[in-house]
Amino acid sequence: MIRHILVANRGEIAVRILRTCHALGIETTLAASEADLDSLAARMADHCICIGPPPSMDSYLKVESVVAAALTAKADAIHPGYGFLSENQRLALACNDAGITFIGATAAQLDAVGDKLKARHHAIESGLPVVPGGSAGNANEAEATAAEIGYPLLVKAVGGGGGRGMKLVESHEALAQTVDLAVAEAEAAFGDARVYLERYVSSGRHVEVQVLGDGENCIHLGTRDCSIQRRYQKLVEEAPAPHLSDALREQMHQSAVGFAKYLKYRGLGTVELLVDCERDTFYFLEMNARIQVEHPVTEAICGLDLVAEQIAVAEGRPLRFTQEQINFSGHAIECRINAENWRKDFQPSPGTISVAEFPAGVGIRMDTHIQPGAKVPPFYDSLLGKLIVYSEDRNSALATMREALDRCQISGVETNLSMHSELMKSEDFSNGGVNTAYFTDFLEQTAQRQGD
Amino acid sequence: MFLNDDDVNEIIHQLEAGPFEELSLQTSRFKLKLRAKGNGSWTKSIEDFQETNLVNPGQEAADSAKEDTNNTASSAAEKNGHFAVRTPLVGTFYRAPKPGAPDFVEVGSQVNQDTVIGIVETMKLMNSVMAGVKGRVVEICASDAGFVEQGETILFIEEG
Repeated sequence: MIRHILVANRGEIAVRILRTCHALGIETTLAASEADLDSLAARMADHCICIGPPPSMDSYLKVESVVAAALTAKADAIHPGYGFLSENQRLALACNDAGITFIGATAAQLDAVGDKLKARHHAIESGLPVVPGGSAGNANEAEATAAEIGYPLLVKAVGGGGGRGMKLVESHEALAQTVDLAVAEAEAAFGDARVYLERYVSSGRHVEVQVLGDGENCIHLGTRDCSIQRRYQKLVEEAPAPHLSDALREQMHQSAVGFAKYLKYRGLGTVELLVDCERDTFYFLEMNARIQVEHPVTEAICGLDLVAEQIAVAEGRPLRFTQEQINFSGHAIECRINAENWRKDFQPSPGTISVAEFPAGVGIRMDTHIQPGAKVPPFYDSLLGKLIVYSEDRNSALATMREALDRCQISGVETNLSMHSELMKSEDFSNGGVNTAYFTDFLEQTAQRQGD
Repeated sequence: MFLNDDDVNEIIHQLEAGPFEELSLQTSRFKLKLRAKGNGSWTKSIEDFQETNLVNPGQEAADSAKEDTNNTASSAAEKNGHFAVRTPLVGTFYRAPKPGAPDFVEVGSQVNQDTVIGIVETMKLMNSVMAGVKGRVVEICASDAGFVEQGETILFIEEG
């Protein structure tokens, strides 16, 4: 039984986790950097411990500081959120050693899927098809692997996920330089500089399956479509993924559950798949062994609190539902609201929030740490919050989202709110089922319209 | 005790039972503003005032004592009218493409307009900084892995 959780994260996800803890009557301590001591999460938590200076390398990515904070707080569990140390084996092992429950997959599973090269291997073993790719440990190996899979290709962080440290290489000339930059980003973001290469499939859809396992049994919680991305960062997600044949959707569900069962997976996880619409088939991309940014759209369509389920399986309880007991209904869409100037090549926009007015009402959820006076520091990602709408079908969800976006007002930093408004009105997105190449076209179209 | 979506929706539900279009409520713990936008749609603005319950105060003060003293002295290069390369963004400055790799430029390096002279990491993105002019690097002001403010001078270039 978990009574006291150390939340080792920041921003909206820290707030999100604290809310569930409060609802469950669990005592909370937030582990915060110096830049976040006055954040909403820091003030919401029962206690707050400063774990170091603002740069993540010196605070949120420091296993020793996080574990020390948990021991000081006398917390019996650590929730790592997403990003930072959420899939870090060293943290999972250090928790075991300190007698603290790590709310996440086991250290062995984190190794099996967190190391993206090993994950590819396990996927193949479990019967999932993968995109051609291989390792790039040094310049020579990168050259050899690239020659094998051809261009264009992606450089991906072995310790990555969530699209960080992922870069497109169009031709051989750009390979070495891009690998170098990706290595630097990977080191900074994950503390693991290794990268690998994978063939770039330009016209696929990014669809993922949410799974939940207790170490023995495993169920799926449906699909999410995350094809609206810029530089592999998701901007819009929806559940369920629209316009998939029933047969393909069922096959994706079963493959994801099959993979999780092969791993004897314990915890909440996401199996990311690349859907080739023309061939009506899919490939394994990676598995994320953590709660994801876009989890609220899944919560909306199946009526669950996924953080509460994470805590339950971390306590060693069996799943509280069978697959048959999960009922899917309606449609949910999420827009990620970022502090960036989307009309100026998405330049990041740190600063201080002066106005933060959000839509409210039934079918609308705003997950955010932003309030008037809140600081948006330059040290972390640009996510200000997530606007999630839920309605009986996709069309009415779209209508709700358009209207809800109009009611959002944020001042003090630049945001991508108007980008979302335009996107939600675009014909192609409204029709549903766009691929990952679509967003670039959309940006070109809007830039052109502006120029006219 | 912080307001959640259910609390707000319940309050809105009660407001809708009457002829109300706006609610402003301030207590010592929070400020809540609700406004009707017609058609049963509302907006909310919430400010929570509760203070952080810091378990280990003192550390903050100790750390803030070592604030960087960068960028205060006006250097000789500036007086000589050399071209100042400034950071386009606030963030962390890196002199090399990755840890252990050679620096992009040293004092004395010849650069062109599009020569990369460093990287600024802002919101987890690596942004290359270009020299902007052709010339020779005469002074490097920003320290590696140090914090730079927007517009802060990274280095000086003698044009030509």
